[in-house]
Amino acid sequence: MIKEVLKQLWKDKFARIALILLGIIYFALFFADFIAPYTKDFSDRTMAYVPPSKIFTIDENGKLSKPYTYNYKRDFDGENLRIVYSLDRSQKHYLKFFAQGEPYKFLGLIPMKRHLVTTDSSGRLFLLGADINGRDVFSRLLFGGRISMTIGFLALFVLFPIGLLYGGISGYFGGKVDTVMMRFAEAVMSIPSFYLLIILASVLPSGMTSIQRFMLIVIILALVGWAGFARVVRGMVLSVKNQEFVQAARSIGQSRLGIIVKHILPQTTSFVIVAMTLSVPSYILSESGLSFLGLGIQQPDASWGNMLKEAQEFTNIISRPWLLTPGFLIFVAVLAFNLIGDTIRDVLDPKNKVR
Amino acid sequence: MQVFIYILKRILQSIPLLIIVSLISFFIIRLSPVDPLAELRLNPSVSKETLQKETERLGLDKPIIVQYGKWAKSFVKGDLGITSNGEQVSTKLKERIPNTLLLAVVVIFMTWIVGVPLGVLAALRWKSKTDRILTVLTSIGMAIPSFFFAVLLLLFAVKTGWFPVGGLTSSNFSEMSFGGKFWDLAHHLVLPVTVLFTISLAGLQRQMRANLLDVLDSDYVKFAKAKGLSEFKVVYKHALRNAINPMITLLGFEFAGLLSGAALTEYVFQYPGLGRLILEAVLRSDINLVMASLMMGAIMLILGNLIADILLIITDPRIRVKGGVS
Repeated sequence: MIKEVLKQLWKDKFARIALILLGIIYFALFFADFIAPYTKDFSDRTMAYVPPSKIFTIDENGKLSKPYTYNYKRDFDGENLRIVYSLDRSQKHYLKFFAQGEPYKFLGLIPMKRHLVTTDSSGRLFLLGADINGRDVFSRLLFGGRISMTIGFLALFVLFPIGLLYGGISGYFGGKVDTVMMRFAEAVMSIPSFYLLIILASVLPSGMTSIQRFMLIVIILALVGWAGFARVVRGMVLSVKNQEFVQAARSIGQSRLGIIVKHILPQTTSFVIVAMTLSVPSYILSESGLSFLGLGIQQPDASWGNMLKEAQEFTNIISRPWLLTPGFLIFVAVLAFNLIGDTIRDVLDPKNKVR
Repeated sequence: MQVFIYILKRILQSIPLLIIVSLISFFIIRLSPVDPLAELRLNPSVSKETLQKETERLGLDKPIIVQYGKWAKSFVKGDLGITSNGEQVSTKLKERIPNTLLLAVVVIFMTWIVGVPLGVLAALRWKSKTDRILTVLTSIGMAIPSFFFAVLLLLFAVKTGWFPVGGLTSSNFSEMSFGGKFWDLAHHLVLPVTVLFTISLAGLQRQMRANLLDVLDSDYVKFAKAKGLSEFKVVYKHALRNAINPMITLLGFEFAGLLSGAALTEYVFQYPGLGRLILEAVLRSDINLVMASLMMGAIMLILGNLIADILLIITDPRIRVKGGVS
């Protein structure tokens, strides 16, 4: 079945583009340490807010040259009371490919120094400019993407077992159990989800390690989304629970939990796949919204949402547009997931013609 | 009469729901190790007596169950306590809720005016180029993060100077004539409405399209066509009416989504709504305010669903016949 789905996805023009885009993004994130010229925490305070590096391939004599870049100089413009950036043309910094740079651990394990592209140690190659701390935006985009693009999936892997089991038990047992369980789920759904999200996030104690915080945010995202999913599962369980194969399982003495897990829940597989692909983007958006407010992933860790936090200041969005790049990436990723989700739904659920 | 009983039943049903909501929110908030009166204590303009009164009102020296009981009792009485600035929570809410409602109503109205016709268009031209283009456009609208879109529009507003940046009214609002007030409000609403409209349009348009496609596929429409009715009559007299009904259920969901989605938009545009209020309250760990605005959010959501259900009874006679079982 998965093969069939993939084939259909490949046939659809939009879905194919989306798949390729996501492939590129995830590839880049996987090899982020190598592709990024700098590490996540590398910062050069003298380079705060410098614009993207200009790369020259033709030198001042009009001759073709190896690609090189100039550093930026920061000067204070006393008349207009602002800082101006100009190219420091005194020294050329040649780009070096596959050369040694900042040390890092590839995938957190293998110590390495090679980077796809870097420049000599006194030069600064900030492909997408720098943030307030003089950190490379391009590198942080890659590292932030690792968090933003995985957190949704992780939340789903927490949420779906909970929702499946909850909905399964509620639907199969019926009666009082069902009433109580569903009232509770409805109550959770009655709190506007974003309100619930920020309140749960604000309860998190400060002073956690970044891994702990990451895991807790995953759990929070899952806590907000399970109820709606459980309700739909319950409805599906109700519609199959009196069918013959369930009665057969009951008659050979299968336990109730066994029936739910082994016989009833597998019936919901195609719905689960569709629901999962369609909800990944909403979790990516939730995480970025939360981090944008400063309640999600915290500095010095990067996520696309918390990188956009700097875009809350007027001066930043007007004179430093490169700080907006994470927003475009969120947009592209979410769009790609949506297009794929739509196509998968068409394939698995042909009755429901593109909702 | 039957309708009336049904409505009454629904209202009664939502009371236990609200109790569970309040329990959940109360315990979540109390999970945090923050002293709920910390800000109040630091505020020099708040007197010792007020502090003492708040401590007693919240029952902070008692176990958590008692605290909940106290909170619930005063909530029912309408006493919501004071914020960390010493203001009454209820006045604050009264000021903010209408603004959020205004935003939500305008957005829902706009999405219906635009979304339903676009859905019909897409369904009638199923699998044509128009349909494809509409699907792609709505996908794009759905994928823009609301806060990012808001930031971009803010940038646009600053650069062009065509729109006021933030807030709901200009500083000289109270001196304006009625027409001037209306114009000023509308002017301030344009940007937030644009953001929320773009994001919620997609869902509505797609739902309408799917509903109409389903109905067009049904036997009675085929029959109507077979007996020689004009295409126009088939679609607008028979199909459309039935396709609209499920949309009304969606109204409740849309309202819920708007309450959530509006929070970030309100935050970026500095719009004085409930979403921004709760956000600021959370950031300041102002628990009276958080608790009260959470409850208000839940009540508004439940009311929204209730209104949608009532509208459904009015428009769909089948539900009335069944005796109001949804």
